[in-house]
Amino acid sequence: MVVSRGFQGRRRSGGEPGRVPPGQYLVDDFPVLTAGPTPSTPLDEWTLTVTGAVDEPRRWTWGEFLALPSETFTTDIHCVTKWSKLGTEWEGVPLDVLLDGIDTSAEFVIASSDGGYTTNLPVEDVLDGKAWVAFSYEGEPLEEEHGGPARLLVPHLYLWKSAKWVRNLELVEEDEPGFWESLGYHNRGDPWQEERYWGD
Amino acid sequence: MGRLIWQEAKVVEVRPETARVASLVLDVPAWAGHRAGQHVDVRLTAEDGYQAQRSYSIASAPSSPLTLTVERIEDGEVSPYLVGELRAGDTFELRGPIGGYFVWDADGARAAVPLLLVAGGSGVVPLAAMVRHRVAAGSATPVRLVYSSRSIDDVIYRDELDGLAATGDGVEVIHTLTRSQPPGWTGYARRIDATLLAEVAWPATAAAAAFVCGPTRFVETVAAGLLGLGYEPGRIRTERFGPTGG
Repeated sequence: MVVSRGFQGRRRSGGEPGRVPPGQYLVDDFPVLTAGPTPSTPLDEWTLTVTGAVDEPRRWTWGEFLALPSETFTTDIHCVTKWSKLGTEWEGVPLDVLLDGIDTSAEFVIASSDGGYTTNLPVEDVLDGKAWVAFSYEGEPLEEEHGGPARLLVPHLYLWKSAKWVRNLELVEEDEPGFWESLGYHNRGDPWQEERYWGD
Repeated sequence: MGRLIWQEAKVVEVRPETARVASLVLDVPAWAGHRAGQHVDVRLTAEDGYQAQRSYSIASAPSSPLTLTVERIEDGEVSPYLVGELRAGDTFELRGPIGGYFVWDADGARAAVPLLLVAGGSGVVPLAAMVRHRVAAGSATPVRLVYSSRSIDDVIYRDELDGLAATGDGVEVIHTLTRSQPPGWTGYARRIDATLLAEVAWPATAAAAAFVCGPTRFVETVAAGLLGLGYEPGRIRTERFGPTGG
């Protein structure tokens, strides 16, 4: 262990033990991290699609998407750049609803976004109440810079897996690294295992 | 790329840049090199084993000793230690380099087009690494750095950047000072907006490679401004940060 001479640190009180993953610190604001410009798609041109290894691709317009059964939920979020934010409130459509009744041999899903961003996830990480396409944050429509009108939210993984501006979910049999996963970041990204980078 | 292991970094020099910013010149014996624009994770450990991690941009060209530039965040946990406490001879841990997108290589495909760098405050750090890399590599890629600071005393690397610009060797530096300006200041004196960008950015027809780094609001404004000038979204790469607990 390399002790940093004179470093005390600031052990933040008030946090519940076991709620902040290793190497993370708590923030009160909501930082924004994006690799490129914020895209903007008019809602009347927006669609969400499910494609790939499915018998019938699915497609929802904005109005159809909002008519799906949604959930309001409170969760902690963790960014690989080290910040964590506790108790954030969202509303979104569970992926259990979007993928309900799909007969597929696919074990992975590739989420793609406006602007070309992609991220890959095991199907088992997005079912059983673990992932949503969220359209509201803290009771307000999701702001563009935070991924609005709608973003994937998979809060048990680092936040780069929660693709902003998501437009397509492609079910695939073979895993395929997405944008950050191709650029040195971990393929799965479990914050509790501190899976930040390749080889972690 | 292999596993990123924690390595011990020894501080060779702490170089004050402004009242709130310092550069840490480091000796990392097994450092495998980096690309201009990348960052590292820093981990500090207290006597009792408590640890804190943060990310910092690399300021140095790949050919120079590894150097980080850190801005002190007043209520931060790590940056006040790095900027105020750390001395030559001290050690801490880091791992990296990290990030393979916000990078510019002097011999890469993006060196064939002009380079537009737009910095807000300490967002200049990874962009300075690109300028330094371009100079050290003897590249002829034309570079424009548009750099927004609060006051003349907040300009990081001021002498070096203005010196490079004065050589007439293809590095242009355009300052704007948003809060206060010294007497006789003839440069810009407002926040970067679409009009300012239209005056100083390469035209969209130049197909420039743009890198934008600064606080969130700054990056949003600049990226939207460049889109408005006709820049292709894929040619605009962004890195955003805010003074968040750093």
